[in-house]
Amino acid sequence: MLKKLFNWLDERLGLTSIYNVVLDRKVPKVNWFFTLGSASLFLFLMQGVTGILLTVYYVPTPDHAYDSIQYIMNGVTFGWLIRGIHHWGATLMVLVVFLHMLRTFYFGAYKYPREITWLTGVILLLSTLGMGFTGYLLPWNQRSYWATTVGTEIPGTVPFFGQFLTNVLRGGSDLSALTLSRFFSVHIWFLPAVILGTIGIHLYLIIRIGISHIPDKDD
Amino acid sequence: MSKSPNLNRREFVTLVSTVVGSVMTAIVGIPAIGYILSPSLRTKKTDAWIPLGKLENYPVNQPTLFTFTRSITTGWEKTVNSYGVFVVRKSDTEIEVLSNVCTHLSCRVNWNEEKQEYICPCHDGRFNIDGKVDSGPPPRPLDQYEYKIENGDLFIHLKES
Ligand code: HEM
Ligand code: FES
Repeated sequence: MLKKLFNWLDERLGLTSIYNVVLDRKVPKVNWFFTLGSASLFLFLMQGVTGILLTVYYVPTPDHAYDSIQYIMNGVTFGWLIRGIHHWGATLMVLVVFLHMLRTFYFGAYKYPREITWLTGVILLLSTLGMGFTGYLLPWNQRSYWATTVGTEIPGTVPFFGQFLTNVLRGGSDLSALTLSRFFSVHIWFLPAVILGTIGIHLYLIIRIGISHIPDKDD
Repeated sequence: MSKSPNLNRREFVTLVSTVVGSVMTAIVGIPAIGYILSPSLRTKKTDAWIPLGKLENYPVNQPTLFTFTRSITTGWEKTVNSYGVFVVRKSDTEIEVLSNVCTHLSCRVNWNEEKQEYICPCHDGRFNIDGKVDSGPPPRPLDQYEYKIENGDLFIHLKES
């Protein structure tokens, strides 16, 4: 019965061929470092799920942001767990994505024909850091407030239009409600959209080109 | 080659992935259900006697609206809830205290002096002076509050759960 249902779907959706192309690819002999990309993907999905859950209670306004997070931690069943996963997952994701970059660098995997894979990787790394930067402000506690004060001051040192950059990041000359809401928007809409699209290209290229083998003496 | 009774490599990997995947889904998925539902399952418990002032201030046979507020904390926010009750004094000692919440879908009813009816602005539900349904969609009479009179002061019993 199940078999029949599967065959019916398979005939129309081509599930078997998707499986063959995506998961049953030919892979050279690799090691555990080659799992870092999949680990990055897993962490990104985990951040997505827990992040969506956090928005159920989090409110991005100066008068409620802090209290809404206190409520998540103390008032909601398992709120501490959902926030905890998102909090530690964020740090772990930056770490794992960075290690993944190091592995593709040291194994020379960025070379022809994988330059575009590397370039999309650059976008992914920068976006991941952007997620960390924008997410850090959201709890609206002393630490996030001053970290963002400093972080948005840094582009201010750029000659000529530094002040302009700072003001664009802050949505004005000071840290305010506008800063919080634009950081929130970038954190939950802009960057995840960029990351999702870029992961699509990144993975498409990996499936299309295949994984590089571990370089040997002749490479 | 005949099939060995033991798991082969492929079967082992499939099994491990399925088990680990299910466990991780459960670790996030089950708490997520509690996370989303927990505030909805919390019931507010109110049990208080609200003073409505001197009974003699309420005219006989003339529904008089008395409003009061109570503040409660929901989530991270303190909110003020408004309540309205109609005090109808039948005689010196006999009174009725009716809730102004329509029994249809909870709009607030008003007393119409001319028609001598409580009229609900939402779907034209109508109740007589004692709260009985005259016409319209409301399924039951207006709710009555338990009351007591102490030294000429009127109190009603506010109970919510
Ligand atoms: C959100 C972040 C990222 C995700 C989800 C991701 C995902 C993946 C996955 C699943 C693979 C398959 C092979 C493997 O796992 O090693 C891969 C390969 C690759 N990634 Fe990433 N990646 C990310 C960030 C980066 C970054 C920051 C770089 C470098 C700047 C990069 C460059 C590459 C390259 C060059 C390959 C090809 C490796 C090869 O063919 O051997 N990726 N990526
Ligand atoms: S809510 Fe009063 S008539 Fe519908």
